[in-house]
Amino acid sequence: MTAPTTRLPALARVYRVRAGVELKEFFRQRESVVFTLMFPVILLVVFGAVLDYDIGGGVSFTQYFMAGVIAAGILGASLQNMAIGIATERSDGTLKHLSGTPMPKSAYFIGKIVQVFAVTVATIVILLLVGVVLYGIDLPSGTQWLTFLWVALLGSAACTLLGIAVSSLAKNGRSASATVTPFALVLQFISGVFFRFDQIPTWMQTIASVFPLKWMAQGLRSVFLPEQLALSEPAGSWELGRVALVLLAWVVIGLGLCVMTFRWRDKADG
Amino acid sequence: MSTTPAPVAEQPTTPLDPDAAISVRGLVKRYGDRNAVDGLDLDIRRGEIFALLGPNGAGKTTTVEVLEGYRSRDGGDVAVLGVDPASGGRRWRADIGIVLQSGAGDSQLTCLELLTAQAAYYPDPRDPAEVLELVGLTEKARARGRSLSGGQRRRLDVALGIVGKPALLFLDEPTTGFDPEARRQFWSLIRSLRELGTTMLLTTHYLDEAEELADRVGVITAGRLVEVAVPAELGGRGQAPAVVSWTEDGARRTEATPTPTAFVAGLAARFPGEVPDLAVARPTLEDVYLQMIGQSA
Repeated sequence: MTAPTTRLPALARVYRVRAGVELKEFFRQRESVVFTLMFPVILLVVFGAVLDYDIGGGVSFTQYFMAGVIAAGILGASLQNMAIGIATERSDGTLKHLSGTPMPKSAYFIGKIVQVFAVTVATIVILLLVGVVLYGIDLPSGTQWLTFLWVALLGSAACTLLGIAVSSLAKNGRSASATVTPFALVLQFISGVFFRFDQIPTWMQTIASVFPLKWMAQGLRSVFLPEQLALSEPAGSWELGRVALVLLAWVVIGLGLCVMTFRWRDKADG
Repeated sequence: MSTTPAPVAEQPTTPLDPDAAISVRGLVKRYGDRNAVDGLDLDIRRGEIFALLGPNGAGKTTTVEVLEGYRSRDGGDVAVLGVDPASGGRRWRADIGIVLQSGAGDSQLTCLELLTAQAAYYPDPRDPAEVLELVGLTEKARARGRSLSGGQRRRLDVALGIVGKPALLFLDEPTTGFDPEARRQFWSLIRSLRELGTTMLLTTHYLDEAEELADRVGVITAGRLVEVAVPAELGGRGQAPAVVSWTEDGARRTEATPTPTAFVAGLAARFPGEVPDLAVARPTLEDVYLQMIGQSA
């Protein structure tokens, strides 16, 4: 037996390789690009053209919808993308294969985080561009950008972790898609994405308040809407402190669920 | 087959062989109250190709997955390259290659990209382009993983398994779904890997494959290894009487004899010219295998 003289590759190098793999896997797959990245853009184009009414104070619904559709875009890039993507990789043997190599386990998750980050940034940039060019959306200014940044970061962290956790419940990618996609759609209807949140029945508001999407949309409304519209929120304010708290709580819950449920192999595989 | 259930706390009879690539003593794996692996002993030498044969449900895949570190065990001692797979870290994983029955999954990456990424996990990998050459996928270097045919996919799986330059390679039913020509190509690939000094543990349903490739074969039934031998000797095949058959007076005649040469010489003396329809057969690996696993051929 020869003594091992060569060293294992450095973590940073493996992380870089995994990031490259995850970016190629996402951006080369037409379905994922269309459904995750372009779907919110299509929604913005259609809703902006159809529902361009004044919601008071000379603010158009499209300005209101901008906040919601960005929140929905983050949800798609993180929760939906992770739940479906990882469930697929678990059922087709990709995860089992990787866990049989000396790849450090952390590298898999680093790759996924880089993928979510890239898709989220791409979605937001395209949405802002389309909003400004087609519908004359007012961009945030000053400290609003800071709020934008932390809401997007916290929301996407919470939803990524939830997506990873949810992937373990599904049998395969298709069944993950069949449960997560309708769930996300319903959540979008009751969380103030497609309709003004203050016009949704109270009991639906209550349900929506359990999940992160409502809080992401609300935090982003504080970024895109003038201060006086905070009064028409059900709470009478943007509640930014509570937004941060709820999203942070979901980060903790999501992390706990991931640690408890993550499996490198398929359930059907014993 | 009747086997007396082994007590789980059965003491290993001999210690693990420290020089073996794989050494197993008294391996037990339980599913519910059933012992899927029931006191299995096994030694695989360095540099050898060992084929594990056995019917579905005999404990083949379970055994291999314990050795690969995918499954925990309920009893026994196991050393794979001198390390207990249950505690094998990245260093240990760097020395083994695994070709799973299920393959390595779908991908949007090209063959070359997949191999290059896989190589980056190992301390001393092979050149990805050379590995593609070795498995005969050079012209598919820029084809995406998911666009390959079944046989090409399997060769890509093997390429992924060997790019890390493993000392020990696990091959779980590597040629299922291959056409005869692809299997012959695959066999020559395995032989060239042997020349590079790779130890291989192969599971297969094809007995001709085991006979063609393996230095030794082991037959596993009901969670135990019932025999280990070189393919030509399995089940007493080497000493089994040969069966001589010919046609005489319009009827097919057969004779089992331990001395077929003398018998045929006798036949030749009785017939003026050629002995009609003369054939001399030894039991095939398949014949003895089917006998061993308790199904009559």
